[in-house]
Amino acid sequence: MYAYDEIDRTLVNERVSEFRDQVKRRLSGELTEDEFKILRLQNGVYLQLHAYMFRVAIPYGTLATNQLRALAHVARKYDRGYGHFTTRQNIQFNWIKLAELPDALEDLAKVGIHAMQTSGNNMRNVTSDQWAGVAPGEIEDPRIWSELIRQHTTLHPEFSFLPRKFKIAITASDHDRAAIKIHDIGLRLIKNEKGETGFEVLVGGGLGRTPFIAKTIKHFVHGRDILSYIEAILRVYNQYGRRDNIYKARIKILVHELGIEKFSREVEEEWQHIRNSSLQIDDEVIEDIRSRFTYPSYEKLPLMPDELRQAAADPDFEAWRKNSVAPHKVQGYSIVTISLKPIGAPPGDATAEQMDALADLADKYSFGEIRVGHEQNLALPHVAKRDLPALWKALDKLGLATPNVNLITDIIACPGLDYCSLANARSIPIAQELTRRFANHELANLIGRLHINISGCINACGHHHVGHIGILGVEKNGEEVYQITIGGRADENATLGTLIGPGVKFDEVADVIEDVVEAYLALRERPEELFMDTVKRLGVEPFKERVYATR
Amino acid sequence: MPLVNGGKIADDSFVKLAVDTPLPEGGDILVPAERFLGEADALLERAGKVGVIWPNNRDIAELVPYLGKVAVVALVFPTFRDGRAYSQARLLRERYNYRGELRATGQVLRDQFVFMLRAGFDSFEVKKQADAEAFMQTAKRYSVFYQPTGDGRITALHRRMQLRHSEGVGT
Repeated sequence: MYAYDEIDRTLVNERVSEFRDQVKRRLSGELTEDEFKILRLQNGVYLQLHAYMFRVAIPYGTLATNQLRALAHVARKYDRGYGHFTTRQNIQFNWIKLAELPDALEDLAKVGIHAMQTSGNNMRNVTSDQWAGVAPGEIEDPRIWSELIRQHTTLHPEFSFLPRKFKIAITASDHDRAAIKIHDIGLRLIKNEKGETGFEVLVGGGLGRTPFIAKTIKHFVHGRDILSYIEAILRVYNQYGRRDNIYKARIKILVHELGIEKFSREVEEEWQHIRNSSLQIDDEVIEDIRSRFTYPSYEKLPLMPDELRQAAADPDFEAWRKNSVAPHKVQGYSIVTISLKPIGAPPGDATAEQMDALADLADKYSFGEIRVGHEQNLALPHVAKRDLPALWKALDKLGLATPNVNLITDIIACPGLDYCSLANARSIPIAQELTRRFANHELANLIGRLHINISGCINACGHHHVGHIGILGVEKNGEEVYQITIGGRADENATLGTLIGPGVKFDEVADVIEDVVEAYLALRERPEELFMDTVKRLGVEPFKERVYATR
Repeated sequence: MPLVNGGKIADDSFVKLAVDTPLPEGGDILVPAERFLGEADALLERAGKVGVIWPNNRDIAELVPYLGKVAVVALVFPTFRDGRAYSQARLLRERYNYRGELRATGQVLRDQFVFMLRAGFDSFEVKKQADAEAFMQTAKRYSVFYQPTGDGRITALHRRMQLRHSEGVGT
């Protein structure tokens, strides 16, 4: 956990009082809605269909239990008793009143939480691997660097009015859980031949109307130069990114229009001017940040405790353990993913009661730490294996032990037309119906790893392009129509999905997905061949034929 | 539109010329970039100070040969949402060592003052009277800054180092 010091706390408090003043001026009419809009967006406040929506930052997906309790408090006191975890490791509240927002922010500031730059055309919350610091084989904890970049990008005087939003994600593992290739800047932490820490820098990824997978702009940027390199990219983007058309304003379009070679030359030239400046990070500074991350004092524990051996007789426990428990870098410990995808419920929602109870469980079983993943699930990162049976029982009581992590019902979905003013179609009811169709755990297990991602409009908040099965809701002649893609993925082999046929109506989506799955089960060579691998081996044609033959 | 200079509302001695306005005999003038580059020698020879209004989509490097001769560089925010002039301002101050007046023009509103000051602006054509009056108060909103810029304010990272070292000495 990163512990805020007085300096960080002061800044957050100053931001809260600034925002309080801005809200006051808006309510008095001193600020026009047009002027206020940008100011509230820079603080995570959107105007949605029914009310203001408030998005709170959870930098690199790490939360302490007092922070999770503060989020529960906000849900209870200022909202309708629940929050929605997003694909960028943030949490959203959907029913906030504008006049109460400054108070909610002040309550959050007390535990070092803020909403700075969770929306708006600026540098957004820095995201990372939800298993950072605990994943076996990780090169080093990417959160040290995430925090450095978080600080550097917070209230940046040059880059707070960019052509469009700007997202940075960092991973330090071979398996990319942070989806860095669909970010404006993706950083892959690596070591050079001298053993020094640095980054492969990728640029220009993003979904939305014109999706692109990020391209490598530089194979190795030394850790001490990472801020100047990012600053160089942003300076080029700030000056040359398009501002004439919102759909062409992301950096991906600039990279595409200039070509990665020309773009990287521009960045290189700018970087040479600024790399040997005060942006260079001293080792001492890095160590200072590192020293404010605390790590648990792990015990020496056996690989296979008795408690686990005994619990293995319970098939329900075993189903959950096999699905939701992952290896930890320290022997005797596990990483536990907590599915926020119960059958029939909106993906990513958690009630205030669940958040409070989870905070208690994290204090008891996970050294007071919780993580948020971009798949809209939570994780307890340091659970002793001997505690797994007790934890499972407690989670099950809370409705948080659905053993469907990475399975077909572990759906990513945006809020869609039920909440969002941009949406053209509903997302949540589609997700709910699909979880009911595949509610049978044996069936879901038989299908294996399969990610369904749903977006309710072309802006792609539900990451439909990179779902193994992607569902995009659009509006056609006043009706909701859904386009289905297959073969996308968001990991280190990120690929965009391919359309398998004409759009289908709301009522038919679940049937079509069932047909796609049936086609896969019939086409796969052996049970171990995952959906993605079958699509890769055969392409989309055989799926198209089977799914659309009778339609 | 009030001008804030040196932290206070001040008189503006400069008259803005359009591309085709006849040149006044004396007095301080602000000239659009295109006209300035076309008649720079003549403009700089006359009595009165000369400043240039530089659009946010033109390479600021073109202005470098004249930086020692102009009294004001006015950068433009066509809307406050368009942040290109922040980069131009930092380049002028930090790369090209421009020390003259750097003026923010266009939709200059209260909630951008701190960003503008940090980017190197020191004068402001403020859109609203109330914002101009609140300038000093607004400029003090923040005491913590995470990024090093040319304004010389100490960054959080370095303040921590200082604290750490002073603690070391004290104990």
